[in-house]
Amino acid sequence: MKEMLEKIKAEAAAKLGEENADLEAIRVQYLGKKGELTQVLRGMGQLSAEERPVVGQMANEVRAYIENLIEEKKASAASAAMAKKLLDETVDVTMPVEPITVGSRHPLSQVQTELEDIFIGLGFEIVEGPEVEYDYYNFQALNIPENHPARDTQDTFYITDNILLRSQTSPMQIRAMEQKKPPLRIISPGRVYRSDAVDATHSPLFHQLEGLVVDKGITMGDLKGTLELFAKKMFGDDTKIRFRPHHFPFTEPSAEVDVSCFVCGGKGCSLCKGEGWIEILGAGMVHPNVLRGCGIDPEVYSGFAFGLGIERIVMRKYNIDDMRLLYENDVRFLKQLG
Amino acid sequence: MNLSRNWLADFVDVSDIENKAYCDRMTDTGSKVEGFEVLAEDIENVVVGRILAIAKHENSDHLQICSVDVGEDAPVQIVTGAQNIFEGAVIPVAKAYSKLPGGVTIKPGKLRGVESNGMLCSIGELGLTTHDMPTAIEDGIFIMDASLEEKIGTDIREVLMLSDSVVEFEITPNRPDCLSVIGLARETAASFDRALNIPTPKVTEVGGDIADYLKVKIDAPELCPRYTARVVKNVKIEPSPLWMRMRLRAAGVRPINNIVDITNYVMLEYGQPMHAFDYACIDGSAITVRTAAEGENFKSLDDKDHVLDTGMLVIADDKKAVALAGVMGGANSEITENTKTVVFESANFYGASIRITSRKLGMRTESSGRFEKGLDRENTFAALERACELVNLLGAGEVVSGIVDVYPGKKDATVIKLEPERINKFLGINASEQFMRDTLKKLDFTLDGDMVTVPSFREDVEGMQDLAEEVVRIYGYNEIESTGISGNMTQGQRSVSQNFEVGLHKLLLGIGLDEICTFSFISPKYYDKICLPADSAKRNSIVIKNPLGEDTSVMRTTALPSIMEVLARNANFSNEKVGLYEIATTYTPTDTEGGKLPDERKVLTLGFYGRGDFFTLKQMCETVAKYARVKVEYVRDSENPSYHPGRCANILLADGTRLGTMGQIHPAAAANYDMDMPVFVAEIDIPTLFANRGAEPEYKHLPKFPASSRDFSFVCDEALEVGAIEKVMYHSGVKLLEDVKLVDIYRGVQVGEGKKSVTFRIILRSADRTLTVEEADKAAKKILGNMERQLGITIRQ
Repeated sequence: MKEMLEKIKAEAAAKLGEENADLEAIRVQYLGKKGELTQVLRGMGQLSAEERPVVGQMANEVRAYIENLIEEKKASAASAAMAKKLLDETVDVTMPVEPITVGSRHPLSQVQTELEDIFIGLGFEIVEGPEVEYDYYNFQALNIPENHPARDTQDTFYITDNILLRSQTSPMQIRAMEQKKPPLRIISPGRVYRSDAVDATHSPLFHQLEGLVVDKGITMGDLKGTLELFAKKMFGDDTKIRFRPHHFPFTEPSAEVDVSCFVCGGKGCSLCKGEGWIEILGAGMVHPNVLRGCGIDPEVYSGFAFGLGIERIVMRKYNIDDMRLLYENDVRFLKQLG
Repeated sequence: MNLSRNWLADFVDVSDIENKAYCDRMTDTGSKVEGFEVLAEDIENVVVGRILAIAKHENSDHLQICSVDVGEDAPVQIVTGAQNIFEGAVIPVAKAYSKLPGGVTIKPGKLRGVESNGMLCSIGELGLTTHDMPTAIEDGIFIMDASLEEKIGTDIREVLMLSDSVVEFEITPNRPDCLSVIGLARETAASFDRALNIPTPKVTEVGGDIADYLKVKIDAPELCPRYTARVVKNVKIEPSPLWMRMRLRAAGVRPINNIVDITNYVMLEYGQPMHAFDYACIDGSAITVRTAAEGENFKSLDDKDHVLDTGMLVIADDKKAVALAGVMGGANSEITENTKTVVFESANFYGASIRITSRKLGMRTESSGRFEKGLDRENTFAALERACELVNLLGAGEVVSGIVDVYPGKKDATVIKLEPERINKFLGINASEQFMRDTLKKLDFTLDGDMVTVPSFREDVEGMQDLAEEVVRIYGYNEIESTGISGNMTQGQRSVSQNFEVGLHKLLLGIGLDEICTFSFISPKYYDKICLPADSAKRNSIVIKNPLGEDTSVMRTTALPSIMEVLARNANFSNEKVGLYEIATTYTPTDTEGGKLPDERKVLTLGFYGRGDFFTLKQMCETVAKYARVKVEYVRDSENPSYHPGRCANILLADGTRLGTMGQIHPAAAANYDMDMPVFVAEIDIPTLFANRGAEPEYKHLPKFPASSRDFSFVCDEALEVGAIEKVMYHSGVKLLEDVKLVDIYRGVQVGEGKKSVTFRIILRSADRTLTVEEADKAAKKILGNMERQLGITIRQ
């Protein structure tokens, strides 16, 4: 019987070694209820008591051997099948695709939001106001009475004699001071209108951001400090600012504010026209007449205000040479910057 | 204001300071410099010469060979084509290797075989005109005064006084005093801490009495606070001297004749516009400063006719206006070469009135530009004296004794208390009181103890803040130390509605739409393009009185045309699959004539072509509604003229409030934009969306028990909207009903013409148990019963 077992073992191993061996058939042939090994075991009764455990053990070993072999074969067949499947599923990773469509924020909004976030971080609130505005808020309350020559510098669109399209965001200073009492820290972004024909650097409609701080003990140094912080956040930590005396009817003293060129850092380049500086802001200490007109006592309170043009920053930031692109809304342009 | 540095040197010595350093410091102290120009910089190696001999050129019938003395050992030979030369003529000579304006270099060469070592110059070649050099001719060599013979060999720039530097200032409207050489000299002296020397003009009179010539009456003292005048007789009109012409030229003013040049010279030097008129042209001997009669005619000295009104101020004799006060003189009293007696006027006029007049008549002059800013009343006298001093100096005439000075509007000087501590605190600096006092003195403020008297030419200075500015601009703006705002803390934040918009932007970008930015003003024709009927209320727009053009003449009441323009433009650029949005403002008039501002409302417009259909648009609207946590309904609107009558819906809130409109743009409207593809747009009112937004969500337990579902198919008329069926299901009073889903719509022969089969799945669930079959069936039956009762439709067999 031992020979028979040896033979079964060898035969099974040989069969299992064949390519495309039918594992289930082999299992049935040798290990099934009527299988060859089972047949051998059935004949065990004829053996002597001494032989029986020896052959039994041997038969179990053969069974385990074949079972193992079948499992191994199964596993390797499965992994071969998997490998084949994976191979079949191979894709060309260099195939081109379109990115998932996500919209692009308009560059003006993008920069406006960036500016807003900087000032929110400095404790400013955002206020909004009407674009179709009273002459009073746009001019008179800002210390620009009728027939004041300063009105010439901003050619204004009129609706009626005393209603106009605001030529600056400054009317919001007045509205804010009328509505709230100090301490005040507000910014007011929005559209403004001036009678400038459209060209590469002018538009009858553009965007400004106005800032106003009123409290006890506000100094011109505070104005400088605030704008310096802003400039560093907006244009980088190395940015410097420069104040030049100027005149605005609603601030006294007034200043024009330059930032060091964010391309060349002040050495002079084509962006800053060799100056090293770029004019970006108008600012000053709120004029006592303006405070008084809003019921705020200039003997007790002081404040500063500043304003900047958003288009100018957008154009510098993205190196845009024609303002009209911003209002044309060609999606090829928008997608480049979004 | 163009400042000649030669002229400046009359009053303050800053000759040691280079142009660049001068300009930088002046800008830093508040007189903004636009740039500077070194005059005659491009002229080099051009000298005074004298023609010694002229010989004919053998190979030319128009060229001549000159032997020219240029102050060197030997004469130079120069070939010229000019015909106005003669032996002994003193002329400008551009020597070999010299430079002339316009980048011209003169090199030695041969002209038809004859050596020529330079060029004889015309005034044009030196960059001059006959206004600058009245004795010269345009077309020929500049024959100079024979007396210059002794200057042979001298640099032409020196001889013609061409060398100067001109600094261009941008003077702000609050500082009309700086529209003058003296004003800028004062700023210069303070900026560089130099001595300022303004001589008092001295006039030599010849006797007589001005009273015999002229009486002046001011009828409108509020418009003419001061009128000062002098008379000059035996006037000899001729060109003014070279030095004066060259200074005027540097300042950008064209020389005319001695009398006119004097008025311009004084205006530039003192900042006080002057007027000179011919005494012979005055009817009677009285001058009246009065307002014009309504419709009065006036011809200005540039020969233009004007019709005046009663708001305008004129200088008149007994019969007629001889000048439009502060703006321009009249043609009827203009200085001519025959003028013998001149009246010099130096007056002060009310700025706002001059401004109105010059704007109304469209006449902006050097004079009106200064007057309208409000000039110094005290300055008229000194300016008049200076003019007459120049008359003496130039020998232009004889000054009659006496001055007319009518001064009804004398003002008290402004006096302000000097509060050094307060100024330092306001500015955030630490300047000494002495520095403040010194600075103010340099700027011609007078100090008496703590009281500061403001000079009459500084009407802009009214209080502490103004004094602070004077101090700090000399102290240096850039010396102010940056500080953080101290005091009360404030919360930096966006408002709830602003945050709502920020979120909305993110959402819209997330669903793949690009943001656009469009103009708020449109053409009224845009309403035609979106097919608004002629009587549509939406056409009632805020109209701009002075628009740039029709395209930007009214404020939009709807943002639909704006997004349509952009969609069309992109289609025109062949951009495919375009989806856009804008949170745009619209402007609806309330009562403009009654002085009310319009209703400014933000509206979300979103639109696309080439990337979906009506239902894509509806998905986008649903996404927006979900963002705001509002439940909306879509109700067909076949009346909206801008939209496809079968593919347009109003978006309504549960209470019927209209939130917006969405749909396919009417093909007729699309065609107005040259678009033949389907275009889809939604307009959603932002304030309504925001006001009706749902509350912050709250967690509800996730279902613990499974749902049961039942599918039903109904056959119904095509016209029955699925929304109606859904609504009946939801309102069947079945508490277990969790959701209704449209599964399928089938149209075909089996269901018949004009019919459709719709399949719904209802989802039933209880929060506390698994539903039994009986419970689910009972609920379904109830729903079906409702369907039959309310809609007359039954389950498809």
